[in-house]
Amino acid sequence: MITNFRLWPVSASSVAGQFNLLFVVLLILCTLVSVAIAIFLIYSVIRYHRKSENELGSQKRYNIPIEVAWTVIPFILFMAFYVWGANLYFHIERPPDNAISMYVVGKQWMWKIQHPEGQREINELHIPVGRPVKLTMTSEDVIHSFFVPAFRTKQDVLPGRYTMTWFEATKPGKYHLFCAQYCGTKHSGMIGWIYAMNPVDYQNWLTQGAPEGSLASNGEKYFHQFGCANCHHFNNQGRCPDLRNLYMRPVLLTTGQTVTADDSYIRRKLHDPDAQVPWGFSAGVMPNFTGIVSEEQILALISYIKALGPQPGTQEPSSSGAAPTQYGTQKGIGGPGATSNAGSQVEKR
Amino acid sequence: MAQAVAEAIQKNYLNEKQGLLSWLLTTDHKRIAILYTFSITGFFFLGGFFALMMRLELLSPTNWLVSSETYNKLFTMHGTIMVWFFLIPSIPNTLGNFLIPMMVGAKDLAFPKLNLASWYVFMLGGGVTVYALVRGGVDTGWTFYTPFSTSYSTTYVVAAAVGIFIAGFSTIMTSLNFIATIHRMRAPGLTWFRLPIFIWSMYANSVILVLNTPVLAITLVMVGVERIAKVGIFDPALGGDPVLFQHLFWFYSHPAVYTMVLPGMAVISEIVPAFSRKPMFGYKAVAFSSVAIAALSFLVWGHHMFVAGESVYVAMAFSFFSFCVAVPSAIKVFNWTATMYQGSVSWDTPMLYAIGFIGLFTIGGMTGLMLAVLGLDVHLHDTYFVIAHFHYIMVGGTVMAFLGGVHYWWPKISGKMYPEGLARISAAIVFIGFNLTFFPQYVLGYLGMPRRYAAYPEEFQMLHVLSTAGATILGVGYVLPLCYLIWAWYYGRDATPNPWRATGLEWKTPSPPPAHNFEVTPVVTAPRPYDYEAMKEELQLV
Ligand code: HEC
Ligand code: HEM
Ligand SMILES: [Cu+2]
Ligand SMILES: [Cu+2]
Repeated sequence: MITNFRLWPVSASSVAGQFNLLFVVLLILCTLVSVAIAIFLIYSVIRYHRKSENELGSQKRYNIPIEVAWTVIPFILFMAFYVWGANLYFHIERPPDNAISMYVVGKQWMWKIQHPEGQREINELHIPVGRPVKLTMTSEDVIHSFFVPAFRTKQDVLPGRYTMTWFEATKPGKYHLFCAQYCGTKHSGMIGWIYAMNPVDYQNWLTQGAPEGSLASNGEKYFHQFGCANCHHFNNQGRCPDLRNLYMRPVLLTTGQTVTADDSYIRRKLHDPDAQVPWGFSAGVMPNFTGIVSEEQILALISYIKALGPQPGTQEPSSSGAAPTQYGTQKGIGGPGATSNAGSQVEKR
Repeated sequence: MAQAVAEAIQKNYLNEKQGLLSWLLTTDHKRIAILYTFSITGFFFLGGFFALMMRLELLSPTNWLVSSETYNKLFTMHGTIMVWFFLIPSIPNTLGNFLIPMMVGAKDLAFPKLNLASWYVFMLGGGVTVYALVRGGVDTGWTFYTPFSTSYSTTYVVAAAVGIFIAGFSTIMTSLNFIATIHRMRAPGLTWFRLPIFIWSMYANSVILVLNTPVLAITLVMVGVERIAKVGIFDPALGGDPVLFQHLFWFYSHPAVYTMVLPGMAVISEIVPAFSRKPMFGYKAVAFSSVAIAALSFLVWGHHMFVAGESVYVAMAFSFFSFCVAVPSAIKVFNWTATMYQGSVSWDTPMLYAIGFIGLFTIGGMTGLMLAVLGLDVHLHDTYFVIAHFHYIMVGGTVMAFLGGVHYWWPKISGKMYPEGLARISAAIVFIGFNLTFFPQYVLGYLGMPRRYAAYPEEFQMLHVLSTAGATILGVGYVLPLCYLIWAWYYGRDATPNPWRATGLEWKTPSPPPAHNFEVTPVVTAPRPYDYEAMKEELQLV
C-alpha cells in the first residue's frame, strides 16, 4: 500500500546539490541552537524546580553583555545565510546563455508544452540531461506554479505576462511536475512528469515524433494566417516596422524611452498594441489581437520573430521569396515570401 | 442557613446581575470577554471540524472521502474561520478584554459601549461568513488569490469577503479601545516601564491591527468590485494586475500573522515570571522587541512572493527584513528561558503550556528563517513545509499560549480552581499530538508535497497517515480542557484572590472580581513590574 517511502528528496539538477548543501548546513545549525535552548530550558526547569511552597529564587533582572551578545550574534549568523541564500537565488533566477528555450502554457488544469522543434506535449516534458533548459511560461486563466521538486525549482505562471524558469537535469529519470499554486477544483490533478533523457535518447525522441514543422515555422504560418505579413514587410519601409533584427534589441519608443524587444514586449504588442509604440511609427494602426491569437500561437509567433533574429546589414528582403534561408538564425525560416508583394493591406484588419 | 451562606458570598461580576439580557446588554469588559470566549470557542471547534475532515481525506492518496471541490472548500473555510474568527480575536478579545483594565488598574475599558458593539459586529461578520458556508462554501483558499477569486471561482466569495470585512470593524474597535485605555486609564504611578509585558505586547498588537485591517478591507472591496462589476483591477483579462492583489493582501497579512502571535507572547510573558517567581529577565528588551516586531512586520510582505515574478533585488530586500524581524523574536525566546534560570520554577499547568510554547515557537521561528533564505524558499514555498512552519507558530504557539493563559487566569475569571492533574495530562497530550501532527509535514514539505492537494502521489502517504494520527490525539487534547473547565466552573474548588502568588494588579482583587474590578483604585509605587523582592512580605515568600 505504501510505496517509495523516503526521507530525502531526489536530487537531479545542477542546483539541487547547492540547495542541499545550504539546506543541510542551516538545518544542522538550527538544530544545534534549538537543542541548546532546549537543554538550557529543561535544565532550568528541573534544576530550579520549586522545592517549597514559599520559595523565592534569584531576582536577577538583566545582564547587558549577555543580552547584547544574543542580539548581535544571531544577527551576524543571519546575515551569513542571507548572503548565501541570495547568491543561490540569483543563480536560480538567471538562466545561462546557452539554454534551450521551451514554452509552457498553463491552464485549468493542464500544462501545455511546446518545444522549439515543434513537438507539443501535455503534462509531460522531455528534456535532455546536461543541457540547461529555459522555460518561458504564461497562463491562460488563473495563476499556476511550475514546480519540479527534484530540480528544486518553482516559478509562478501568471496570466497576462511571461515568467521564466530554468534547470539543467543531471540524472536521467522521471520526475514529478506539480502545480504549486492553488488554481481551482482540480489543482491537485494539475501534475505531470518530467522525463530527463540522455542526449542520444532525446535526439531519438525528437526525431521519432517529428511534427510537421518547428515552432518557428508554425509561427511563420500564423504570421500569414493572422495577416501580420500583410503589414510587416521585410523592407524597412512603410508604416509598419520590419520585424527582422528586432528580437532582444533595444527599441526606442515614441515616449523617448528605450525598451528591449523581449518576449513580453512582443506579447504586449498583440494584446495592447498602443501601450508601447516604436519611434517613427504611429499608434492605432496595429490591430489588437486579444481573443484572436491564443497564448500558444503567440509563443509560436515569438519563436518566429526570434528566428528572424538579429541579422547583419539592412539587406533588401527578397520580395520574390527566393533564398528564404538567408533570414534568421534557424533553418527553414524565411521571409514573408509570397505575401511580401501583396502591398499594404491595412484595411484587411 | 442557606440565606446566610448566600449573603456571605461576595457580590462579583458574575452574580451581580442575572439573566440572559444582563449578559447580552452588558458593558462590563469581563462579561464581554466571556461572550467572546463562547464565540471563539465555537469557531475554534467549527474550524477544527474542517481540519479533521481534511486530515481524514489525506489518509489516502486518492479522493476516498470527499471530492476535490469539497476538499477545497474545507481548507478555505478552515483557514478563514481559524484566522479571522479564532486566532486574531482569540487572546486579545478574551484574555485581553478581561485583563487589560485590571492590569492597568482601571474600572473598565475606555469605551465600554464600543466594546459591546464590537462583539455584535464580530458576531454579524461571523454570521455572514457562516451563511456563505451553509449556502455552499467558498473555494478560494483563505488567501483569496486573484484572478481565481474574482473571475473563476463560482462559490460564495463575496459573502465570505463581506463577513471578513465586517469582522474587521470589530477588530478595529477593540484595538482602538485598548490603545485608548492603555494611554489614558493607567492607575496613578503606573508608568510605561511599570507595565507588565502583557500590556506592551497587546499595545503593539493593537497598533498593528488599527493600521493593517483597513488595507484588508479595501482589498476585499476591490475583489468584490471586480467580481461583481467586472472592473479590471486584478484580472489581466480585464486589464488588471494579478500580483497587485498579493502585494495588498500580504501587506495586510504578514503583519496579521504577527497579530496572531504577539498576544501569545504577551501571555507567555506573564506566565513565565509568575511560575518562576522572578522578574521578566531583560524587561526593557522584551518590551521593545514587541514594538520592533510591530514596526518590522510591515516591511516583509514580499517574502510570500519570492517565486511570483518579483525582481531579484526586491526579493533581497524582503529577505533581509525577514531576517531582521526574527531578531526580536529570538530575543524573547532567550529572555523567557533566562527568566526561568535560577528561579523557583513550578510545574503547574500554565507553565507546562508556556514551556511547550517556547519549544514549538522556537522550531516555528527557525523554519521561518529557512523560508526567509531566498534560495531555499524557491523549493519550500507553497509546500507542506510552509504549512508546518505557520502551524508551529500559530497552533503550537498561539493556541498553546491561549490555553496556558486560560488556565492561569481561570481562577480569576471563574473564581474556581481547575483539576490540576487532569490539566497537566491534557497539556502533555496537546504537546505530543501537536508534534505528531505537524512535524511530519516539514518532511512532506521538503520532499516536495504541495499545499492544498486533495489527492497526492503515493510516496507521501506514510507521512500523511502519521499526521492524521497526531491530529486525532491533538483533538482529544483540545476537547479535554473544554470538558474539565466547564466542570470546574460549577464544581471546582473556590479560588483565593491570588492562588499563584503572582505580582500583577489583577491578583489584588477578589476572584472573581467585583463588577468595578477594584474597591479602591490601586496606586502603584513599586519601581518595576514583577517586583517579588518588594512584595515578599505580602506574598509570604522567603
Ligand atoms: C494593420 C497592420 C498590422 C498588422 C496586421 C500587424 N501589425 Fe504589427 N505593427 C503595425 C504597426 C503600424 C506597428 C508600429 C506601431 C505600433 O507599434 O503600434 C506594429 C508594430 C509591431 C511590433 C513592434 C515592432 C517594433 O519594431 O518594435 C511587433 C512585434 C508587431 N507589430 C508584431 C505583429 C504581429 C506578430 C502581427 C500579427 C499577429 C502584427 N504585428 C500584425 C501594424 C500591423
Ligand atoms: C521568526 C520570524 C519569522 C520568519 C523569518 C518567517 C518567515 C516566513 C516566510 C519567509 C514565509 C513565506 C514562506 C512561503 O510562503 O514560501 C512565511 C509564511 C508564513 N508565516 Fe512566517 N515567519 C516568521 C514568523 C511567523 C509568525 C510569528 C507567524 C504567525 C503567527 C507566521 C505565520 C506565517 C504564515 C501564516 C505563513 C504562510 C501564509 C500562507 O501562505 O498561507 N510566521 N513565514
Ligand atoms: Cu494549481
Ligand atoms: Cu510573512
